[in-house]
Amino acid sequence: MAEVTIIFDRLRWEEKELYEKGKELGLDIGLEDIKDRPLEITRLEMVDGISEIVLQRAISHYRGLYYSSILESMGHTVINSFVASLLCGNKLLTTLLLAKNGIPTPKTSVAFSMDSAIKEMERMGFPVVLKPIVGSWGRMIAKINDREQAESILETRELLTDPQQQIYYLQEYVKRPPRDIRGIVINGRVVATIYRYQPDDDWRTNIARGGKAGVLNADSELEDLMVKSAQVVGAKVVGVDAMETDDGYVIHEINNNLEFKGATEASQKDIAKEIMEYIKELVRK
Amino acid sequence: MKAKCKECGADIEVPDDALPGEIVSCPDCGLEYEVVSITHGKVELKLAEDVGEDWGE
Repeated sequence: MAEVTIIFDRLRWEEKELYEKGKELGLDIGLEDIKDRPLEITRLEMVDGISEIVLQRAISHYRGLYYSSILESMGHTVINSFVASLLCGNKLLTTLLLAKNGIPTPKTSVAFSMDSAIKEMERMGFPVVLKPIVGSWGRMIAKINDREQAESILETRELLTDPQQQIYYLQEYVKRPPRDIRGIVINGRVVATIYRYQPDDDWRTNIARGGKAGVLNADSELEDLMVKSAQVVGAKVVGVDAMETDDGYVIHEINNNLEFKGATEASQKDIAKEIMEYIKELVRK
Repeated sequence: MKAKCKECGADIEVPDDALPGEIVSCPDCGLEYEVVSITHGKVELKLAEDVGEDWGE
């Protein structure tokens, strides 16, 4: 039996890198494609062929989330945990926790109907950023500049069949340089920080949308905020996103489904090795 | 290792160190395939999944 199992549904650069770096560290690693592995959830015992320690690396949020909940119920330890994935994967829950724990985060409101969403945006003042509560790679995030745009975008959202799309997460548009910051936090330690510069034709900075990674040596204030953010959601391997404002840093997102190719290249830090060193500590405990 | 694209018939080069679950693309038409297995230097591919709405960070 392997010492750790990496569960995945699409073997990206990141998963191969984790596998290779883990092997270099002397770990015996199993790979399990969860698309091909149904689980009997009423049989409450550790799953054959899956190690006690599991590194969850599914590209699909919901596959990873529910697989984690099952494996944890069967007695496995999953990194990141089901609860951490649930909290990070949901912007509403993340924002609540950040605010509750005194971590600076952009002003955010949530509205539960189209009419009240428009009223709330007018109260907040345009531009306002509308985000799906569960979403990735910056998809369907809209910067809304006035009431007219608000009406047309929300009318479209009203037509979508996923009821979560009619819960309107509205965030102030933060005045920031044309970049934001990504920190990689592993077991309570910041191992790499980078700038993410927005491309010329988009205000979003996601690397998946063409954002470019650049070098950043973070100060201790920023590092402390990132560590605290990872802590409040209980995530052990996580990407914390921050923006620079006139009043200091704000934390706006925590990513449990970490992609780190761009950050590895820009920071010259071996992020995969850092992750697997942490996993090795868990395995050898 | 080489495999044939089911769409356009071009040769798809699969690296020797490829692992099951890895994605390879057809160099001609761009169609994505997932490596199913590699046995005795023979590679089996299946069409890769389309990008899901909940994919990625």
